[in-house]
Amino acid sequence: MQDVTTIAVASVSGGPTRAGQERWRAIWRNVFPFLVVGAIWEIIAWSGAFPRKLFPTLEDVAVSLVQLTISGILPHHAVDTVIRLLSGFALAAIVGLALGMLMGRSQRAEDICLPLVSILAPIPGLAYTPLFLLWFGPGEVAAVLLVAFVSMFPVIYNSWTGVKAVKEIWIRSAQSMGADRRRMFRYVILPGALPYILTGLRLGLAQAWRILVAVEMLAAVPWGLGWLIFGAREFLNTDAMMAGVVVIAVIGLTLEKYVFQKLEDYTVVRWGMMESMSS
Amino acid sequence: MTNQKQRRRSIVRAVITLAVAAALYQAVALSGYFPPVLMPTIPTIGGTLRDMLADGTMFEHAGATLYRVLFGFCLAVMLGMSLGILMARFKAVENFFLPLVSALMPIPSFSLVPLFMLWFGIGNLTTILVVFYAATFPMLFNTWSGVRAVNPLWLRAAGAMGADEKKLFWKVIIPGAFPFIITGMRQAFLRSWIAVVGAEMIAASDWGLGWVIFDAKEFLQTNVMMASIVVIGVIGFVFERVVFGSIERATVQRWGMVRMAKG
Repeated sequence: MQDVTTIAVASVSGGPTRAGQERWRAIWRNVFPFLVVGAIWEIIAWSGAFPRKLFPTLEDVAVSLVQLTISGILPHHAVDTVIRLLSGFALAAIVGLALGMLMGRSQRAEDICLPLVSILAPIPGLAYTPLFLLWFGPGEVAAVLLVAFVSMFPVIYNSWTGVKAVKEIWIRSAQSMGADRRRMFRYVILPGALPYILTGLRLGLAQAWRILVAVEMLAAVPWGLGWLIFGAREFLNTDAMMAGVVVIAVIGLTLEKYVFQKLEDYTVVRWGMMESMSS
Repeated sequence: MTNQKQRRRSIVRAVITLAVAAALYQAVALSGYFPPVLMPTIPTIGGTLRDMLADGTMFEHAGATLYRVLFGFCLAVMLGMSLGILMARFKAVENFFLPLVSALMPIPSFSLVPLFMLWFGIGNLTTILVVFYAATFPMLFNTWSGVRAVNPLWLRAAGAMGADEKKLFWKVIIPGAFPFIITGMRQAFLRSWIAVVGAEMIAASDWGLGWVIFDAKEFLQTNVMMASIVVIGVIGFVFERVVFGSIERATVQRWGMVRMAKG
Protein backbone atom coordinates (compact mmCIF):
# COMPACT_ATOMS: atom_id res chain seq x y z
CA MET A 1 0.00 0.00 0.00
CA GLN A 2 2.77 2.34 0.98
CA ASP A 3 4.63 1.49 -2.19
CA VAL A 4 1.72 2.19 -4.42
CA THR A 5 1.18 5.67 -3.03
CA THR A 6 4.85 6.63 -3.30
CA ILE A 7 4.95 5.42 -6.85
CA ALA A 8 1.80 7.32 -7.65
CA VAL A 9 3.17 10.47 -6.03
CA ALA A 10 6.48 10.08 -7.75
CA SER A 11 4.89 9.63 -11.12
CA VAL A 12 2.61 12.61 -10.57
CA SER A 13 5.44 14.89 -9.53
CA GLY A 14 7.72 13.59 -12.25
CA GLY A 15 4.95 13.59 -14.83
CA PRO A 16 5.00 17.07 -16.36
CA THR A 17 8.78 17.39 -16.58
CA ARG A 18 9.14 13.94 -18.02
CA ALA A 19 6.46 14.68 -20.57
CA GLY A 20 8.21 17.95 -21.32
CA GLN A 21 11.52 16.20 -21.74
CA GLU A 22 9.89 13.65 -23.96
CA ARG A 23 8.50 16.41 -26.15
CA TRP A 24 11.82 18.21 -26.38
CA ARG A 25 13.51 14.98 -27.31
CA ALA A 26 10.97 14.35 -30.05
CA ILE A 27 11.45 17.85 -31.43
CA TRP A 28 15.20 17.46 -31.28
CA ARG A 29 14.97 14.11 -33.04
CA ASN A 30 13.05 15.72 -35.87
CA VAL A 31 15.30 18.75 -36.14
CA PHE A 32 18.63 16.96 -35.88
CA PRO A 33 18.65 15.40 -39.40
CA PHE A 34 17.94 18.79 -40.96
CA LEU A 35 20.82 20.34 -39.03
CA VAL A 36 23.17 17.65 -40.33
CA VAL A 37 22.05 18.06 -43.93
CA GLY A 38 22.11 21.85 -43.59
CA ALA A 39 25.65 21.74 -42.21
CA ILE A 40 26.83 19.53 -45.08
CA TRP A 41 25.17 21.90 -47.53
CA GLU A 42 26.89 24.92 -45.94
CA ILE A 43 30.29 23.23 -46.02
CA ILE A 44 29.95 22.41 -49.72
CA ALA A 45 28.64 25.88 -50.53
CA TRP A 46 31.45 27.64 -48.64
CA SER A 47 34.18 25.29 -49.86
CA GLY A 48 33.93 26.84 -53.30
CA ALA A 49 33.84 23.52 -55.09
CA PHE A 50 30.91 24.84 -57.10
CA PRO A 51 30.36 28.45 -58.16
CA ARG A 52 28.29 30.24 -55.58
CA LYS A 53 25.83 31.38 -58.24
CA LEU A 54 24.89 27.74 -58.81
CA PHE A 55 25.17 26.50 -55.24
CA PRO A 56 24.03 29.30 -52.94
CA THR A 57 24.52 29.15 -49.20
CA LEU A 58 21.49 28.75 -46.99
CA GLU A 59 21.82 32.40 -45.91
CA ASP A 60 21.46 33.51 -49.52
CA VAL A 61 18.36 31.39 -49.91
CA ALA A 62 16.91 32.72 -46.67
CA VAL A 63 17.66 36.31 -47.66
CA SER A 64 16.00 35.99 -51.05
CA LEU A 65 13.07 34.14 -49.45
CA VAL A 66 12.55 37.07 -47.07
CA GLN A 67 13.08 39.70 -49.77
CA LEU A 68 10.72 38.05 -52.23
CA THR A 69 8.12 37.62 -49.52
CA ILE A 70 8.33 41.24 -48.35
CA SER A 71 8.17 42.60 -51.87
CA GLY A 72 5.03 40.54 -52.37
CA ILE A 73 6.31 38.62 -55.36
CA LEU A 74 6.45 35.23 -53.71
CA PRO A 75 2.99 35.45 -52.11
CA HIS A 76 1.50 36.47 -55.46
CA HIS A 77 3.08 33.46 -57.16
CA ALA A 78 1.99 31.15 -54.37
CA VAL A 79 -1.58 32.41 -54.28
CA ASP A 80 -1.93 32.03 -58.03
CA THR A 81 -0.60 28.49 -57.86
CA VAL A 82 -3.00 27.55 -55.08
CA ILE A 83 -5.96 29.10 -56.89
CA ARG A 84 -5.02 27.21 -60.05
CA LEU A 85 -4.70 23.99 -58.09
CA LEU A 86 -8.05 24.44 -56.39
CA SER A 87 -9.99 25.52 -59.46
CA GLY A 88 -8.61 22.65 -61.53
CA PHE A 89 -9.29 20.22 -58.75
CA ALA A 90 -12.82 21.53 -58.16
CA LEU A 91 -13.62 21.01 -61.82
CA ALA A 92 -12.18 17.51 -61.66
CA ALA A 93 -14.11 16.69 -58.50
CA ILE A 94 -17.45 17.80 -59.92
CA VAL A 95 -17.10 16.06 -63.28
CA GLY A 96 -15.35 13.03 -61.83
CA LEU A 97 -17.90 12.46 -59.07
CA ALA A 98 -20.86 12.85 -61.39
CA LEU A 99 -19.38 10.50 -63.98
CA GLY A 100 -18.10 7.97 -61.47
CA MET A 101 -21.38 7.71 -59.61
CA LEU A 102 -23.35 7.48 -62.80
CA MET A 103 -21.06 4.67 -63.90
CA GLY A 104 -21.52 2.93 -60.58
CA ARG A 105 -25.32 3.14 -60.69
CA SER A 106 -26.14 2.43 -64.29
CA GLN A 107 -24.81 -0.50 -66.21
CA ARG A 108 -25.34 1.36 -69.47
CA ALA A 109 -23.30 4.36 -68.37
CA GLU A 110 -20.56 2.02 -67.21
CA ASP A 111 -20.43 0.18 -70.52
CA ILE A 112 -20.26 3.45 -72.40
CA CYS A 113 -17.75 5.33 -70.26
CA LEU A 114 -15.44 2.62 -68.98
CA PRO A 115 -13.64 1.90 -72.27
CA LEU A 116 -12.96 5.59 -72.81
CA VAL A 117 -11.77 6.08 -69.24
CA SER A 118 -9.51 3.05 -69.30
CA ILE A 119 -7.93 4.16 -72.56
CA LEU A 120 -7.33 7.75 -71.49
CA ALA A 121 -6.36 7.18 -67.86
CA PRO A 122 -3.01 5.35 -68.18
CA ILE A 123 -1.45 8.01 -70.41
CA PRO A 124 0.60 10.39 -68.25
CA GLY A 125 -1.35 13.64 -68.16
CA LEU A 126 1.65 15.74 -69.04
CA ALA A 127 1.80 14.10 -72.45
CA TYR A 128 -1.38 16.02 -73.30
CA THR A 129 0.18 19.36 -72.35
CA PRO A 130 1.36 20.47 -75.80
CA LEU A 131 -1.96 19.38 -77.28
CA PHE A 132 -3.89 21.44 -74.74
CA LEU A 133 -1.57 24.36 -75.37
CA LEU A 134 -2.31 24.22 -79.08
CA TRP A 135 -6.04 23.82 -78.61
CA PHE A 136 -6.66 26.33 -75.86
CA GLY A 137 -3.65 28.60 -76.30
CA PRO A 138 -0.94 29.05 -73.71
CA GLY A 139 -2.06 30.46 -70.39
CA GLU A 140 -4.61 30.05 -67.69
CA VAL A 141 -7.32 28.05 -69.48
CA ALA A 142 -4.99 25.34 -70.72
CA ALA A 143 -3.29 25.01 -67.33
CA VAL A 144 -6.51 24.70 -65.34
CA LEU A 145 -8.11 22.32 -67.84
CA LEU A 146 -5.04 20.14 -67.89
CA VAL A 147 -4.88 19.89 -64.11
CA ALA A 148 -8.59 19.11 -64.05
CA PHE A 149 -8.24 16.47 -66.75
CA VAL A 150 -5.39 14.73 -65.00
CA SER A 151 -6.85 14.69 -61.51
CA MET A 152 -10.26 13.60 -62.78
CA PHE A 153 -9.34 9.96 -63.37
CA PRO A 154 -8.60 8.91 -59.78
CA VAL A 155 -11.88 10.56 -58.75
CA ILE A 156 -13.86 8.73 -61.44
CA TYR A 157 -12.25 5.41 -60.67
CA ASN A 158 -12.71 5.54 -56.94
CA SER A 159 -16.25 6.87 -56.89
CA TRP A 160 -17.18 4.20 -59.44
CA THR A 161 -15.69 1.42 -57.30
CA GLY A 162 -17.17 2.97 -54.18
CA VAL A 163 -20.72 3.01 -55.50
CA LYS A 164 -20.30 -0.55 -56.73
CA ALA A 165 -18.93 -1.63 -53.36
CA VAL A 166 -22.03 -0.54 -51.45
CA LYS A 167 -23.42 -3.72 -50.01
CA GLU A 168 -26.28 -5.17 -51.96
CA ILE A 169 -28.04 -6.02 -48.72
CA TRP A 170 -28.11 -2.37 -47.60
CA ILE A 171 -29.71 -1.35 -50.85
CA ARG A 172 -32.27 -4.11 -50.69
CA SER A 173 -33.17 -3.49 -47.09
CA ALA A 174 -33.55 0.23 -47.77
CA GLN A 175 -35.74 -0.64 -50.73
CA SER A 176 -37.91 -2.96 -48.72
CA MET A 177 -38.29 -0.25 -46.12
CA GLY A 178 -39.68 1.94 -48.85
CA ALA A 179 -36.88 4.36 -49.62
CA ASP A 180 -37.38 6.30 -52.83
CA ARG A 181 -34.54 6.93 -55.24
CA ARG A 182 -33.50 10.21 -53.76
CA ARG A 183 -33.41 8.96 -50.20
CA MET A 184 -31.65 5.82 -51.28
CA PHE A 185 -28.93 7.92 -52.83
CA ARG A 186 -28.70 10.37 -49.96
CA TYR A 187 -28.80 7.93 -47.05
CA VAL A 188 -27.46 4.64 -48.39
CA ILE A 189 -25.30 4.98 -51.47
CA LEU A 190 -23.54 8.22 -50.66
CA PRO A 191 -22.46 7.26 -47.11
CA GLY A 192 -21.59 3.75 -48.25
CA ALA A 193 -19.36 4.98 -51.04
CA LEU A 194 -17.87 7.88 -49.09
CA PRO A 195 -14.62 6.25 -47.97
CA TYR A 196 -13.79 5.42 -51.56
CA ILE A 197 -14.88 8.82 -52.79
CA LEU A 198 -12.68 10.58 -50.27
CA THR A 199 -9.76 8.35 -51.25
CA GLY A 200 -10.35 9.31 -54.86
CA LEU A 201 -10.45 13.01 -54.03
CA ARG A 202 -7.26 12.69 -52.03
CA LEU A 203 -5.46 10.89 -54.87
CA GLY A 204 -6.79 13.39 -57.39
CA LEU A 205 -5.59 16.37 -55.40
CA ALA A 206 -2.17 14.78 -54.91
CA GLN A 207 -1.94 14.08 -58.63
CA ALA A 208 -2.97 17.64 -59.47
CA TRP A 209 -0.34 19.01 -57.12
CA ARG A 210 2.41 16.87 -58.63
CA ILE A 211 1.86 17.97 -62.19
CA LEU A 212 0.76 21.55 -61.60
CA VAL A 213 4.34 22.78 -61.23
CA ALA A 214 5.35 21.25 -64.54
CA VAL A 215 2.24 22.62 -66.23
CA GLU A 216 3.11 26.10 -65.01
CA MET A 217 6.58 25.78 -66.45
CA LEU A 218 5.27 24.71 -69.84
CA ALA A 219 2.07 26.72 -70.18
CA ALA A 220 3.58 30.20 -69.93
CA VAL A 221 1.26 31.47 -67.23
CA PRO A 222 2.04 34.97 -65.96
CA TRP A 223 2.25 34.03 -62.27
CA GLY A 224 2.86 30.79 -60.41
CA LEU A 225 5.58 29.05 -58.44
CA GLY A 226 6.50 26.74 -61.30
CA TRP A 227 6.92 29.72 -63.55
CA LEU A 228 8.95 31.53 -60.88
CA ILE A 229 11.41 28.65 -60.67
CA PHE A 230 11.61 28.24 -64.40
CA GLY A 231 12.02 31.95 -65.05
CA ALA A 232 14.69 32.31 -62.38
CA ARG A 233 16.79 29.75 -64.21
CA GLU A 234 17.25 32.14 -67.13
CA PHE A 235 18.93 34.66 -64.86
CA LEU A 236 20.88 32.10 -62.83
CA ASN A 237 18.91 33.15 -59.77
CA THR A 238 19.53 29.89 -57.97
CA ASP A 239 18.62 31.41 -54.62
CA ALA A 240 15.23 32.50 -55.94
CA MET A 241 14.70 29.03 -57.35
CA MET A 242 15.50 27.47 -53.99
CA ALA A 243 13.16 29.89 -52.27
CA GLY A 244 10.44 28.80 -54.70
CA VAL A 245 11.14 25.14 -53.97
CA VAL A 246 10.90 25.85 -50.24
CA VAL A 247 7.49 27.46 -50.67
CA ILE A 248 6.37 24.52 -52.82
CA ALA A 249 7.53 22.15 -50.11
CA VAL A 250 5.63 24.09 -47.46
CA ILE A 251 2.42 24.05 -49.51
CA GLY A 252 2.91 20.35 -50.21
CA LEU A 253 3.48 19.56 -46.54
CA THR A 254 0.40 21.57 -45.57
CA LEU A 255 -1.71 19.65 -48.08
CA GLU A 256 -0.30 16.38 -46.80
CA LYS A 257 -0.76 17.14 -43.11
CA TYR A 258 -3.97 19.12 -43.04
CA VAL A 259 -5.87 17.82 -46.03
CA PHE A 260 -4.83 14.29 -46.93
CA GLN A 261 -4.27 12.96 -43.44
CA LYS A 262 -7.37 14.70 -42.10
CA LEU A 263 -9.46 13.17 -44.85
CA GLU A 264 -8.04 9.77 -44.07
CA ASP A 265 -8.67 10.07 -40.34
CA TYR A 266 -12.15 11.32 -41.04
CA THR A 267 -13.07 8.36 -43.21
CA VAL A 268 -11.44 5.65 -41.16
CA VAL A 269 -12.38 6.82 -37.71
CA ARG A 270 -15.65 8.60 -37.99
CA TRP A 271 -17.43 6.29 -40.39
CA GLY A 272 -15.72 3.18 -39.09
CA MET A 273 -16.20 1.67 -42.50
CA MET A 274 -12.79 0.50 -43.52
CA GLU A 275 -13.16 -2.76 -41.61
CA SER A 276 -16.60 -3.55 -42.85
CA MET A 277 -15.42 -2.84 -46.38
CA SER A 278 -12.39 -5.06 -46.38
CA SER A 279 -14.02 -7.99 -44.63
CA MET B 1 -25.94 -17.79 -68.06
CA THR B 2 -27.29 -14.31 -67.52
CA ASN B 3 -23.85 -13.29 -66.36
CA GLN B 4 -22.39 -14.36 -69.67
CA LYS B 5 -25.09 -12.52 -71.56
CA GLN B 6 -24.40 -9.46 -69.44
CA ARG B 7 -20.73 -9.64 -70.28
CA ARG B 8 -21.30 -10.05 -73.97
CA ARG B 9 -23.56 -7.02 -73.93
CA SER B 10 -20.88 -5.04 -72.08
CA ILE B 11 -18.30 -5.92 -74.70
CA VAL B 12 -20.64 -5.01 -77.55
CA ARG B 13 -21.43 -1.72 -75.89
CA ALA B 14 -17.72 -1.01 -75.32
CA VAL B 15 -16.98 -1.60 -78.99
CA ILE B 16 -19.91 0.58 -80.02
CA THR B 17 -18.79 3.38 -77.69
CA LEU B 18 -15.27 3.38 -79.03
CA ALA B 19 -16.54 3.28 -82.60
CA VAL B 20 -18.93 6.15 -81.92
CA ALA B 21 -16.25 8.20 -80.17
CA ALA B 22 -13.85 7.63 -83.05
CA ALA B 23 -16.52 8.49 -85.60
CA LEU B 24 -17.43 11.67 -83.71
CA TYR B 25 -13.81 12.72 -83.57
CA GLN B 26 -13.42 11.94 -87.25
CA ALA B 27 -16.54 13.93 -88.13
CA VAL B 28 -15.38 16.96 -86.17
CA ALA B 29 -11.93 16.72 -87.69
CA LEU B 30 -13.33 16.46 -91.21
CA SER B 31 -15.95 19.17 -90.72
CA GLY B 32 -13.25 21.79 -90.96
CA TYR B 33 -14.61 23.60 -87.93
CA PHE B 34 -11.14 23.40 -86.44
CA PRO B 35 -8.09 23.76 -88.68
CA PRO B 36 -6.88 20.30 -89.76
CA VAL B 37 -3.38 21.01 -88.46
CA LEU B 38 -4.78 21.23 -84.96
CA MET B 39 -7.08 18.27 -85.27
CA PRO B 40 -5.74 15.62 -87.63
CA THR B 41 -8.02 12.83 -88.76
CA ILE B 42 -7.55 9.33 -87.41
CA PRO B 43 -6.10 7.93 -90.67
CA THR B 44 -3.54 10.75 -90.66
CA ILE B 45 -2.48 9.85 -87.12
CA GLY B 46 -2.31 6.18 -88.03
CA GLY B 47 -0.25 6.98 -91.12
CA THR B 48 2.17 9.12 -89.11
CA LEU B 49 2.52 6.38 -86.54
CA ARG B 50 3.20 3.81 -89.27
CA ASP B 51 5.76 6.05 -90.99
CA MET B 52 7.58 6.81 -87.74
CA LEU B 53 7.64 3.13 -86.84
CA ALA B 54 8.82 2.19 -90.33
CA ASP B 55 11.75 4.61 -90.50
CA GLY B 56 12.75 3.77 -86.95
CA THR B 57 12.53 7.26 -85.44
CA MET B 58 9.77 6.19 -83.08
CA PHE B 59 11.91 3.31 -81.85
CA GLU B 60 14.80 5.63 -81.17
CA HIS B 61 12.60 8.05 -79.25
CA ALA B 62 11.01 5.22 -77.29
CA GLY B 63 14.43 3.67 -76.70
CA ALA B 64 15.84 6.92 -75.31
CA THR B 65 12.83 7.34 -73.03
CA LEU B 66 12.94 3.74 -71.86
CA TYR B 67 16.65 3.98 -71.12
CA ARG B 68 16.10 7.04 -68.95
CA VAL B 69 13.08 5.73 -67.17
CA LEU B 70 14.55 2.29 -66.47
CA PHE B 71 17.89 3.68 -65.34
CA GLY B 72 16.26 6.08 -62.90
CA PHE B 73 13.72 3.51 -61.82
CA CYS B 74 16.36 0.84 -61.08
CA LEU B 75 18.43 3.31 -59.07
CA ALA B 76 15.33 4.30 -57.15
CA VAL B 77 14.36 0.69 -56.48
CA MET B 78 17.84 -0.10 -55.18
CA LEU B 79 18.07 2.93 -52.95
CA GLY B 80 14.44 2.94 -51.86
CA MET B 81 14.43 -0.74 -51.02
CA SER B 82 17.67 -0.80 -49.07
CA LEU B 83 16.91 2.40 -47.18
CA GLY B 84 13.37 1.22 -46.52
CA ILE B 85 14.59 -2.07 -45.07
CA LEU B 86 17.23 -0.34 -42.98
CA MET B 87 14.68 2.14 -41.67
CA ALA B 88 12.32 -0.63 -40.68
CA ARG B 89 15.01 -2.73 -39.02
CA PHE B 90 17.02 -0.09 -37.17
CA LYS B 91 15.40 2.56 -35.04
CA ALA B 92 18.35 4.95 -35.36
CA VAL B 93 18.18 4.96 -39.16
CA GLU B 94 14.46 5.55 -39.01
CA ASN B 95 14.87 8.42 -36.58
CA PHE B 96 17.35 10.10 -38.84
CA PHE B 97 15.76 9.61 -42.24
CA LEU B 98 12.04 9.75 -41.54
CA PRO B 99 11.90 13.54 -40.97
CA LEU B 100 13.98 14.16 -44.09
CA VAL B 101 11.85 11.85 -46.19
CA SER B 102 8.58 13.36 -45.00
CA ALA B 103 9.87 16.84 -45.78
CA LEU B 104 11.14 15.95 -49.26
CA MET B 105 8.26 13.73 -50.32
CA PRO B 106 5.64 16.43 -50.92
CA ILE B 107 7.97 18.36 -53.25
CA PRO B 108 6.89 17.48 -56.79
CA SER B 109 9.83 16.16 -58.75
CA PHE B 110 9.24 18.68 -61.55
CA SER B 111 10.01 21.61 -59.31
CA LEU B 112 13.60 20.38 -59.22
CA VAL B 113 13.96 20.20 -62.98
CA PRO B 114 15.20 23.78 -63.50
CA LEU B 115 17.71 23.38 -60.68
CA PHE B 116 18.98 20.10 -62.08
CA MET B 117 19.23 21.73 -65.50
CA LEU B 118 21.57 24.33 -64.08
CA TRP B 119 23.62 21.77 -62.21
CA PHE B 120 23.77 18.90 -64.65
CA GLY B 121 22.92 20.46 -67.98
CA ILE B 122 20.30 19.34 -70.45
CA GLY B 123 19.99 15.70 -71.29
CA ASN B 124 20.12 12.23 -69.87
CA LEU B 125 21.57 12.94 -66.44
CA THR B 126 18.92 15.50 -65.50
CA THR B 127 16.08 13.32 -66.75
CA ILE B 128 17.38 10.23 -64.97
CA LEU B 129 17.77 12.14 -61.72
CA VAL B 130 14.24 13.51 -61.93
CA VAL B 131 12.90 10.00 -62.52
CA PHE B 132 15.02 8.76 -59.64
CA TYR B 133 13.66 11.44 -57.33
CA ALA B 134 10.07 10.74 -58.33
CA ALA B 135 10.36 6.97 -57.95
CA THR B 136 12.38 6.71 -54.75
CA PHE B 137 9.71 7.82 -52.31
CA PRO B 138 6.90 5.38 -53.14
CA MET B 139 9.46 2.57 -53.19
CA LEU B 140 10.93 3.59 -49.87
CA PHE B 141 7.62 4.09 -48.14
CA ASN B 142 6.13 0.81 -49.24
CA THR B 143 9.23 -1.20 -48.37
CA TRP B 144 9.37 0.45 -44.99
CA SER B 145 5.77 -0.32 -44.16
CA GLY B 146 6.06 -3.78 -45.70
CA VAL B 147 8.96 -4.84 -43.52
CA ARG B 148 7.26 -3.43 -40.46
CA ALA B 149 4.08 -5.29 -41.33
CA VAL B 150 5.74 -8.71 -41.38
CA ASN B 151 3.84 -10.87 -38.95
CA PRO B 152 5.89 -10.98 -35.72
CA LEU B 153 4.65 -14.51 -35.17
CA TRP B 154 6.60 -15.66 -38.22
CA LEU B 155 9.75 -14.01 -36.96
CA ARG B 156 9.42 -15.69 -33.60
CA ALA B 157 8.54 -19.03 -35.15
CA ALA B 158 11.54 -18.88 -37.47
CA GLY B 159 13.75 -17.80 -34.57
CA ALA B 160 12.49 -20.68 -32.45
CA MET B 161 13.26 -23.07 -35.26
CA GLY B 162 16.81 -21.84 -35.21
CA ALA B 163 16.99 -19.47 -38.18
CA ASP B 164 19.98 -17.14 -37.96
CA GLU B 165 19.87 -13.46 -38.81
CA LYS B 166 20.70 -14.00 -42.48
CA LYS B 167 18.15 -16.73 -43.01
CA LEU B 168 15.54 -14.74 -41.14
CA PHE B 169 16.11 -11.86 -43.49
CA TRP B 170 16.04 -13.74 -46.79
CA LYS B 171 13.48 -16.41 -45.99
CA VAL B 172 11.03 -14.55 -43.77
CA ILE B 173 11.31 -10.79 -43.91
CA ILE B 174 11.80 -10.31 -47.64
CA PRO B 175 9.04 -12.71 -48.75
CA GLY B 176 6.79 -11.33 -46.04
CA ALA B 177 7.28 -7.77 -47.22
CA PHE B 178 7.09 -8.66 -50.89
CA PRO B 179 3.45 -7.72 -51.57
CA PHE B 180 4.24 -4.23 -50.33
CA ILE B 181 7.46 -4.10 -52.30
CA ILE B 182 5.60 -5.03 -55.50
CA THR B 183 3.04 -2.31 -54.81
CA GLY B 184 5.90 0.10 -54.26
CA MET B 185 7.47 -0.85 -57.58
CA ARG B 186 4.17 -0.35 -59.38
CA GLN B 187 3.62 3.08 -57.89
CA ALA B 188 7.24 3.98 -58.48
CA PHE B 189 7.03 3.03 -62.12
CA LEU B 190 3.82 4.96 -62.62
CA ARG B 191 5.45 8.04 -61.13
CA SER B 192 8.63 7.60 -63.14
CA TRP B 193 6.64 7.27 -66.32
CA ILE B 194 4.93 10.58 -65.63
CA ALA B 195 8.20 12.15 -64.52
CA VAL B 196 10.13 11.11 -67.59
CA VAL B 197 7.60 12.60 -69.99
CA GLY B 198 7.53 15.89 -68.12
CA ALA B 199 11.26 16.06 -67.61
CA GLU B 200 11.88 15.41 -71.29
CA MET B 201 9.54 18.23 -72.21
CA ILE B 202 11.20 20.76 -69.93
CA ALA B 203 14.83 19.64 -70.02
CA ALA B 204 14.69 18.93 -73.71
CA SER B 205 17.35 16.82 -75.29
CA ASP B 206 17.42 15.39 -78.80
CA TRP B 207 15.52 12.19 -78.30
CA GLY B 208 12.66 10.96 -76.22
CA LEU B 209 8.90 10.65 -76.47
CA GLY B 210 8.25 13.65 -74.23
CA TRP B 211 10.67 15.75 -76.21
CA VAL B 212 9.16 14.79 -79.55
CA ILE B 213 5.68 15.81 -78.40
CA PHE B 214 6.87 19.16 -77.21
CA ASP B 215 9.05 19.71 -80.24
CA ALA B 216 6.17 18.85 -82.59
CA LYS B 217 4.19 21.68 -81.04
CA GLU B 218 6.61 24.20 -82.50
CA PHE B 219 5.91 22.93 -86.00
CA LEU B 220 2.20 22.35 -85.42
CA GLN B 221 2.63 18.66 -86.16
CA THR B 222 -0.37 17.52 -84.19
CA ASN B 223 -0.28 14.14 -85.92
CA VAL B 224 3.22 13.45 -84.57
CA MET B 225 2.05 14.50 -81.11
CA MET B 226 -0.93 12.18 -81.19
CA ALA B 227 1.14 9.28 -82.50
CA SER B 228 3.66 9.73 -79.68
CA ILE B 229 0.89 9.95 -77.09
CA VAL B 230 -0.41 6.61 -78.37
CA VAL B 231 3.05 5.06 -78.03
CA ILE B 232 3.44 6.48 -74.51
CA GLY B 233 0.10 5.03 -73.52
CA VAL B 234 0.91 1.61 -74.98
CA ILE B 235 4.29 1.35 -73.27
CA GLY B 236 2.85 2.43 -69.93
CA PHE B 237 0.04 -0.08 -70.28
CA VAL B 238 2.44 -2.90 -71.19
CA PHE B 239 4.62 -2.24 -68.17
CA GLU B 240 1.72 -1.96 -65.78
CA ARG B 241 -0.15 -5.04 -66.94
CA VAL B 242 2.42 -7.35 -68.48
CA VAL B 243 5.62 -6.71 -66.56
CA PHE B 244 4.33 -6.03 -63.07
CA GLY B 245 1.37 -8.32 -63.50
CA SER B 246 3.62 -11.25 -64.32
CA ILE B 247 6.04 -10.46 -61.51
CA GLU B 248 3.09 -10.50 -59.16
CA ARG B 249 1.82 -13.80 -60.52
CA ALA B 250 5.27 -15.40 -60.33
CA THR B 251 5.92 -14.38 -56.74
CA VAL B 252 3.23 -13.14 -54.48
CA GLN B 253 0.34 -15.06 -55.93
CA ARG B 254 2.34 -18.27 -56.11
CA TRP B 255 3.33 -17.88 -52.49
CA GLY B 256 -0.33 -17.35 -51.73
CA MET B 257 0.26 -14.00 -50.07
CA VAL B 258 -2.02 -11.62 -51.87
CA ARG B 259 -5.04 -12.37 -49.75
CA MET B 260 -3.02 -11.98 -46.63
CA ALA B 261 -1.65 -8.68 -47.84
CA LYS B 262 -5.08 -7.33 -48.52
CA GLY B 263 -6.97 -8.69 -45.52
